[in-house]
Amino acid sequence: MKYIDEFRDKQIVELLVEKISLIATREMAFMEVCGGHTWAIQKFGIPSLLPKTIKLLSGPGCPVCVTSKSYIDQAVAYSRLPDTIITTFGDLIRVPGSTSSLNVEKSRGADVRIVYSILDALQIARSNPTKKVIFLGIGFETTAPPTAAGIINAAKENLKNFFVFSAHKIMPPAMEALIDEGVTINGYIAPGHVSVITGTSIYEDLPKKFRVGCVISGFEPVDMLQSIYMLAKQIMENRFEVEIQYKRAVTPQGNIKAQEAMREVFALRNDWWRGFGILNNSGLCINEKYADYDAERMIPVEVEETKEEKGCICGEILKGLKNPSQCKLFGKVCTSSNPVGACMVSHEGACNAYFRFSK
Amino acid sequence: MCLSIPGKVISINNDMATVSVGGTEYEASLQLLDDVTTNDYVLIHTGFAIQKISEEEALETLKLFKELGEIENSTEE
Amino acid sequence: MMEKNILLGHGSGGKLSNELIKNLFVKHFANPILSQQTDSAILAIDHQNITLTTDSYVVDPIFFPGGNIGKLAVCGTVNDLAVSGATPMYLSASFIIEEGFSISDLEQIVISMASEAKNAGVKIVTGDTKVVNRGQCDKVFINTSGVGVIDQKFLPISTGSRISVGDAVIINGTIADHGMTIMAARNFGSFKTNILSDCACLNHLIKEILTEGCDVKFMRDATRGGIGTVLSELASQNGIGIEIDESKVPVNKAVKGICELLGFDPFYVANEGKVVVVVDSKSAAKAIDIMKKNPLGKDAAIIGEVIDTHQGKAILKTSIGGKRIIDTLAGEQLPRIC
Repeated sequence: MKYIDEFRDKQIVELLVEKISLIATREMAFMEVCGGHTWAIQKFGIPSLLPKTIKLLSGPGCPVCVTSKSYIDQAVAYSRLPDTIITTFGDLIRVPGSTSSLNVEKSRGADVRIVYSILDALQIARSNPTKKVIFLGIGFETTAPPTAAGIINAAKENLKNFFVFSAHKIMPPAMEALIDEGVTINGYIAPGHVSVITGTSIYEDLPKKFRVGCVISGFEPVDMLQSIYMLAKQIMENRFEVEIQYKRAVTPQGNIKAQEAMREVFALRNDWWRGFGILNNSGLCINEKYADYDAERMIPVEVEETKEEKGCICGEILKGLKNPSQCKLFGKVCTSSNPVGACMVSHEGACNAYFRFSK
Repeated sequence: MCLSIPGKVISINNDMATVSVGGTEYEASLQLLDDVTTNDYVLIHTGFAIQKISEEEALETLKLFKELGEIENSTEE
Repeated sequence: MMEKNILLGHGSGGKLSNELIKNLFVKHFANPILSQQTDSAILAIDHQNITLTTDSYVVDPIFFPGGNIGKLAVCGTVNDLAVSGATPMYLSASFIIEEGFSISDLEQIVISMASEAKNAGVKIVTGDTKVVNRGQCDKVFINTSGVGVIDQKFLPISTGSRISVGDAVIINGTIADHGMTIMAARNFGSFKTNILSDCACLNHLIKEILTEGCDVKFMRDATRGGIGTVLSELASQNGIGIEIDESKVPVNKAVKGICELLGFDPFYVANEGKVVVVVDSKSAAKAIDIMKKNPLGKDAAIIGEVIDTHQGKAILKTSIGGKRIIDTLAGEQLPRIC
């Protein structure tokens, strides 16, 4: 397939691995903050190819992993309401809340449907005018514009039964918080598809404030290895800047139209991230203009008190402070078929990837 | 948060494009992207085209590797 | 029959039931044993080792490109017998039907089953029909049980107890076709694709490799959970190491495309016409040759081997030369955005 196969070329991979080994002569730690990168790194077996001097850390780039338990509890509460259809991406359905999950509610008779796109959720709303359709909006700056577009469409059509429960977040506050908290990172493998939307400006502060390299990476093995090479080169040359590896899709200014859609629909708010607590101006909530489509304002519901799991250290794993094997629950109580924390449920959570691919 | 795949635009109908990924076709929304024409390659994420792939940049990146490979080989000789 | 749709009466054992059985099941499954319509089918099997298997089929949608629930019900059970090294002989077929189900749809399913059974050389000799109230089952559920006979020398095949280091791992063709066809057919995300389910009876293909001198050590059909699950379980249950070369595993281009779009790993997607075979390395080339002569094996390939390290684990050498473990799937794969 074009633009996929060429970037999985084994010979190029071998070349890049060699170059990385030659240049990375001292210890360095790079963090990827995109679940898609975590997934790809493990799936292609990249750690097995890198020299021992390079340590790869998995950061909080999985929207499912950083979503608070209370969000799931509220989604569960919505699913129990009469005449209500919950539409969600597959990623969220098995995430455990305090006492239940969407999957469990589905088995108990709740109308929970997995969709590929908010456009499918809109169609469900049109076809079920007597029911309330709530779309669970998770994801970072890649997924927020589609949600915004969906809400704009709902408003154009004057749909009365469509709502979004937003858990959308933006990346930069978390990237800064990680370094503030003392996580040793020499460089960020920055999220390629977030950057397609945002452009490079959101990362400019990082090298300036914290002396970390930042390379915006694509998702194929060649992309990631080239990014690691570019980061290693920055570190060895004592040069810290934002560079684009993923040039075929990322431009410095990003996708202006998508940015405009986000500004049209969303406002920033302080948001709670698993592992970080509250980060200022890190969450996207639906603004006043589109309040009619905000599930939080329009659909009152009683939510149970959130109970946190003892022993689960997802928070520290998300920040790269610990690795999954250091969690008391990992592999014993918390497994991929019986997950306790979000890092294990999510296919790109560090614990899930570790459990499935490294054991 | 980034599962996004390059697909080829087969046809355009108002603000929807039929995009093919290895033979599987999908109707993606062009609401978030301007200036898309048939035969362009676009990244699709959750039903929306979010960016065009620049053929020029892709070739540039791949060319870089080829050159590196050649330099390696000539150094060995 | 006058009715167009299944009524509760069709399952009650009276006149309507008898009409349905006579005009649909006996008519299409036609064989002397079934025609006797006794409570039990009396089978003349003169053999030391008899194999028995059972499976229930609840697939949704019931009609999909490449097949339907009935075809699946025959092939799945025939294959369970065949991959054990047995010769499938007789099947039972039980139907649980939702009140209101279209009789012409039911007839189409039954005709498919009859056709598959005939191709496979098996007879459907007994069955049952129940009808439940509207809403109490999803259109139709089918259970098939199958009986076959197995030669003494093939007994170790289902457990793989004879597997040794150096043995070759073979697959008879492209993976993930069935599961992704079902995914697309559920109209999930409105994808349009030409992919077809690979649903097929493999007993003839398997007989060819068993009887033409290939030293087959193990076979398993790679249904739910895909080849990833088969390989992972084989390694852990037998305490052996397996290494698979990702670049050798055949995947149809269109299937690969839809897997990429939805974030599915083809290794864990269901197949309904694929068998993982472990053969002695000396027989590997011959086995491939034999398979390729059969339409169901035209894309057969050696995908890996049994190794003397990583005991208990199946390892994947990825397309870029990296290495990772092939784990068992936890729950179904779901389409994801990340």
